[in-house]
Amino acid sequence: MARLLARRLVQSCLILFGVAAITFVLLYALPADPARMLAGRSATAQTVENIRRELGLDQPLLTQFLAYLGNLVQGDLGRSYAQKTEVATLIAARLPATLTLMAAGIFVEVLLGLTFGIVAALNRGGALDRFVMASAFVGVSAPQFVVALLLLYVFAATLSWFPMSGYGTAAHVVLPAMTLGILGAGWYARMARSAMIDVLNQDFIRTARAKGLSGRRVVLRHALPNAILPVVAMIGIDIGQFMGGVVVVEAVYGWPGIGQLAWQAIQQVDIPIIMGVTLTSAFAIILGNLVADLIAPMIDPRIRSH
Amino acid sequence: MFNRWLLTTTTAAVLALSALSAKAETPAQGGEIVVTYKDDITTLDPHIGYDWVNWSMIKSLFSRLMDYEPGTANLVPSLAESFEVAPDGLTYTFKLRKGVKFTNGREIVAADVKYSIERAVNPKTQGPGAGFFGPIKGFDDLTNGTSEVLSGIETPDDATVVFHLSRPDATFLHVMAINFASVVPKEAVDAAAGDFGKKPVGSGSLVLKDWTIGQKLVFERNPDYFVKDVPHVDKVTIEVGQEPLVALLRLQKGEVDIAGDGIPPAKFLEIKNSPDGAAMIVDGEQLHTGYVTLNTKVKPFDDVKVRQAVNMAINKERITRILNGRATAATQILPPLMPGYDKAFTGYAYDVEKAKALLAEAGHPDGFETVLYSTNTDPQPRIAQAIQQDLAAIGIKAEVRALAQGNVIAAGGTKGEAPMIWSGGMGWIADFPDPSNFYGPILGCSGAVSGGWNWPWYCNEAIDKRAAEADAMSDPAKAAERQAAWGKIFTDIMADAPWVPVINERRVVAKSLRMGGPDNIYIDPTRVINYDAIFVKP
Repeated sequence: MARLLARRLVQSCLILFGVAAITFVLLYALPADPARMLAGRSATAQTVENIRRELGLDQPLLTQFLAYLGNLVQGDLGRSYAQKTEVATLIAARLPATLTLMAAGIFVEVLLGLTFGIVAALNRGGALDRFVMASAFVGVSAPQFVVALLLLYVFAATLSWFPMSGYGTAAHVVLPAMTLGILGAGWYARMARSAMIDVLNQDFIRTARAKGLSGRRVVLRHALPNAILPVVAMIGIDIGQFMGGVVVVEAVYGWPGIGQLAWQAIQQVDIPIIMGVTLTSAFAIILGNLVADLIAPMIDPRIRSH
Repeated sequence: MFNRWLLTTTTAAVLALSALSAKAETPAQGGEIVVTYKDDITTLDPHIGYDWVNWSMIKSLFSRLMDYEPGTANLVPSLAESFEVAPDGLTYTFKLRKGVKFTNGREIVAADVKYSIERAVNPKTQGPGAGFFGPIKGFDDLTNGTSEVLSGIETPDDATVVFHLSRPDATFLHVMAINFASVVPKEAVDAAAGDFGKKPVGSGSLVLKDWTIGQKLVFERNPDYFVKDVPHVDKVTIEVGQEPLVALLRLQKGEVDIAGDGIPPAKFLEIKNSPDGAAMIVDGEQLHTGYVTLNTKVKPFDDVKVRQAVNMAINKERITRILNGRATAATQILPPLMPGYDKAFTGYAYDVEKAKALLAEAGHPDGFETVLYSTNTDPQPRIAQAIQQDLAAIGIKAEVRALAQGNVIAAGGTKGEAPMIWSGGMGWIADFPDPSNFYGPILGCSGAVSGGWNWPWYCNEAIDKRAAEADAMSDPAKAAERQAAWGKIFTDIMADAPWVPVINERRVVAKSLRMGGPDNIYIDPTRVINYDAIFVKP
């Protein structure tokens, strides 16, 4: 276990380094010049040069990257070009909102997805199965902004059940979480369905039924734990995606998450923020997968023996 | 007889008074308002902030030596009580208003003005507005890093600031009114440790009380502001990250007072035709011209006939329809509100046949292929497509290249790169209401450099000389002469046709029915939203 952990930690550092290097090179390969974006339209050539020098953008790419890495290992993500504020401060300020939406979104996704997936698997080939799978298909293909605006219009603007925009109370999180849940549940439903069908066809389930166990007990106690592994792995990936921000949903509901920060930073070519958000997201994906890998043996003892 | 006289005069007086009271509502004091924007506020540092969202907030958070009367382009002394201009136009002496305090309680002295301007110019500040202070003596030394101060600013006593210029500059008083000239307390800048933009301290009408990053900013009235009864509102809450469409729904429900991003094109007609539409929409002219640049260094646009032909080929009226009529067709470089605008000048009329003939004369009877750059946010690509169709009608096949703003700016500033650029989304909105502001960086020789904003790479030495002469006329008595000189410069540039002036776009702001005051304080030519002047109806 400890060896596995150590190996995964080394891997994680290498992955983070790779992400940092690739993102850095890509951002600096862009034709857009951050110094000129900052300098604005009235600036003289001298002003642009001065800003470029002050930001260190006149240095060779490798020097800049090494300086960035040097700060990074000390936990310093640098300062935003446009805002001059520490990137760590900006990300930290948006972390609570991002984590709240992530938790609520994944909860709705998994709840809806598992329920529908199991129902579909138990009614395999039936009308209910076809209905669930069709809904899942619509769910995964629907554009985020359409679902978001639809829910907002019906439940906030018309019925006034929930606030239209903002962050702070439990009521604020319902609509954004529902939007993400509806969109993401389709994936979980399809995955849960096929995993359940696999498991339900196996001998031990037949044995359980033969023993005379109730249908509910067979499904929840014997089949579900065996079918849930891929779902856990998928949650690990989802965590990373949510940490990178869900730009459209955040924008529609005025949710102060990391996505809005990243989106605006991209518009302004604010490289330190883009780097910071990318690394945070990559770190979260690695962490999510690591946790998923650690949880898997607890759910399925067979993995432990490997 | 006497009775009749009495009757007529009284009636006249009553009529006059009622007309007066109907016209100018007396602003009521008090009230808390909510304003929304999509983008987060980048910074409130007056020497760094340079977008149209933070511009109005910085205006009200800080004071400057000069300011404008609300809703107009008329310069008035502000932090300065009075000023004197030497006859040669090289020395400006300002007397400070006495007893004005920063919101940290310290009285403002002349040294604060000197420190603030030096901070705006100092390369370490990374401020975009440094160049505005170019005429002040010692500017080059501070910019090159050979000095930490501007030798041209003297403070003989706490109430007097003297500026020595290296060349006469008729726009200098305007420069003293732009945000970059805001006065800040050094101790607060030092205490903020590099993040003054999030912890601003000024002496304006509003004070920043709270900033929750990514969510909202809370401004409160500065009770000690030196202008009596200003501002009128007690509290302004800026909510950021608000999608314009949602902001509009919230405005209709009464949760929001000003939707700062205006009305999304798709909703404009619906709102306009709704019962309260007229009272909700503020639709005002701004100092803006949207244009297509024609790169004079790229074939075949190096031929003036080709540039003139393109000027005649574009159907500007159709483009105003794409914007639901929120723009008017432009005839010239200056927008109509700008001093120097020539009402009599009609520019190049839309005439496809004449354009074709001119193109044939230039040796391109079958047209040619070229590239038209545009930013990629709606409605700009649609406008670029309309221009593309108009060009096709005279045989020019233009490929539309819609890119992120930064990439278009980079292409424009690279020599020989972008033959044509539609300026939409990046168009020139004046920093201050003076015609010279539409020349230097965007049409003057100094801007036609790598990384510059003179995207047509237009450089006419004779015009450059006339521009310098006009800017040297700093004697206020010559203001009219100077304005006429500038007006002529811009209409003469159109003979060379480096631009197609396409539209003058109006700004649209949506406000709730309880907000009072004339439209020109919601779209103030120098401030956008004038937080000092807006008020809540009693």
